[in-house]
Amino acid sequence: MKDMNSEGYTTADGRKIGGVLMEMKNITLRFGGVAAITDISFDIRDGEIRAIIGPNGAGKSSMLNVISGFYVPQEGEVWFKGYKRGPMKPYQVARLGIARTFQNIALFDGMSVLDNIMTGRLTLMKSGLLSQAMWWGGAQREETEHREKVEKIIDFLEIQSIRKTPVGRLPYGLKKRVELARALAAEPKLLLLDEPMAGMNVEEKEDMCRFILDVNDEFGTTIALIEHDMGVVMDLSDRVVVMDYGKKIGDGTPDEVRSNPDVINAYLGVSHD
Amino acid sequence: MFYREAGDFKTSYVDDSQTFPIRFDRWRYYAILAVAFGAAPLLINDYWANAVFVPFLIYAIAAIGLNILTGYCGQVSLGTGGFMAVGAYACYKLMTAFPEVSILIHVLLAGGITAGVGVLFGLPSLRIKGFYLAVATLAAQFFLVWLFNKVPWFYNYSASGQISAPERTILGHAVTGANTTASAKYFFCLVILFALAWLARNLTRGTVGRKWMAIRDMDIAAEIIGVNPLTTKLSAFAISSFYIGVAGALFFAVYLGAAEVGEAFGIQKSFLILFMIIIGGLGSIFGSFAGAAFMVLLPVLLKNVLVGQLGWATDLAAHVELMIVGALIVIFLIAEPHGLNQLWRLAKEKLRLWPFPH
Repeated sequence: MKDMNSEGYTTADGRKIGGVLMEMKNITLRFGGVAAITDISFDIRDGEIRAIIGPNGAGKSSMLNVISGFYVPQEGEVWFKGYKRGPMKPYQVARLGIARTFQNIALFDGMSVLDNIMTGRLTLMKSGLLSQAMWWGGAQREETEHREKVEKIIDFLEIQSIRKTPVGRLPYGLKKRVELARALAAEPKLLLLDEPMAGMNVEEKEDMCRFILDVNDEFGTTIALIEHDMGVVMDLSDRVVVMDYGKKIGDGTPDEVRSNPDVINAYLGVSHD
Repeated sequence: MFYREAGDFKTSYVDDSQTFPIRFDRWRYYAILAVAFGAAPLLINDYWANAVFVPFLIYAIAAIGLNILTGYCGQVSLGTGGFMAVGAYACYKLMTAFPEVSILIHVLLAGGITAGVGVLFGLPSLRIKGFYLAVATLAAQFFLVWLFNKVPWFYNYSASGQISAPERTILGHAVTGANTTASAKYFFCLVILFALAWLARNLTRGTVGRKWMAIRDMDIAAEIIGVNPLTTKLSAFAISSFYIGVAGALFFAVYLGAAEVGEAFGIQKSFLILFMIIIGGLGSIFGSFAGAAFMVLLPVLLKNVLVGQLGWATDLAAHVELMIVGALIVIFLIAEPHGLNQLWRLAKEKLRLWPFPH
């Protein structure tokens, strides 16, 4: 492992990674008698791209659901920005500055792309019901301010031409991009991506990789992602957690993980001789 | 031909997000308003007011209310009739208890009381969804009608069990009671509808509306982006019930004058208003107007044709009328499940290019 003190470290490509942003301590999650996650600890540092990989059913998505508040683990602690987080509802987690996308797209099909992305800023909009109803002064000014921020994200992700299209009519690849835009609109500190490249062709994958790197680079957003495409994971991420059957079997830089015998066994099978 | 978008550029986000972004649309809207407010009150007579315009205006308010709950927030409700009854009885109790207060304030207060009742019956929506919620609101419908029938306090211990609206005036013009003129009824309802429709449009285009629609389209995703499902669903129930309560108060005080709860606010009323928003278009303010117009005008039109033109017996015509309206609703839903609003949108898209579609 690299030297990782609390001050962070410098990546191979020269980016400065800060201190610990989120720390999972001895997380255990059970559904009835089935343990989805057993005693897993890892940290996510400020500004890094952290990947969680593992075979199907390893508990990766459950881990993301623990971070975003869908599941409350039976044991273990979740620390965020230096504070221990009690059991929270997902909408409270969102207000802390954690946004996510879903494995199977979870957009609002009846709304336009613009409205979908605007919903990402709901936690940042403050105008009251009365002001909204009158659409006078406060509410309209706020709407315009947030619209400007959203337009920047629309430019950033190159989806200008579809901003007024209902999301239900878009092809799969664009929906994934709109979902990323909605998550970005919340200006999250930590962005969770659940298989952002699932079901994409090579070109779409390259686009998405570029966007992920740009987001990390330009906004300084910390990113935790789950992905099955090993090439993508090894290229994108600074550090990788490897899970198998709900346990952590590896943690480190892509190179370290690649040469870890447990990881090779989990992915390629172990020879019994 | 009918539409000229060319050259109609937007240079600010405020311009871009207005209700009628096309200049032609905007002028047509002003023209309709001018006719509705300026010309119609002078021309209207008793028949048109009682048969067409007043019920249309009141049902449009109720339809906007239900559309907020069902169309925008996705919570199906079959309790509309019951909530209208709450508005009506609240208005009646207020009118008789405080005769010196303006009727306008009574109507708005009746809406407020209905909002409270709506929130109460909306609480189950936090745990149950879809059909199950519909059944829970159906229970509200039956319970409320039963309540207003059984507790004499609500109808001031009158012998008939009916409530009847005493005369109340605004600026010297009677708007309730026997001496009300057609134009006063019309104008009173029109002003309230205009104000409420404007507020509904503002609510549905901003943060509140997006929260509702997010809950409707995918509640899990809504929660993950920071929407609190509790406050969002209850706010939809409260605002929707406010509209429906105001509609109920007007329906009783201005339109009917005297009402018996089972007859005026029974389960049929719930279905009627649900039909209105389904036929008009879920999740659209224009659809609420179109649906209300359709359901009010069609029976009147059929009656005029069958009895007036063809000379059928009134009772036969009434039965045939029911059958035709029912069949039309079914045909309509098969042909255009997204309602009149969608038809209107398609027509506009065609007209943009007409007569040179290529």
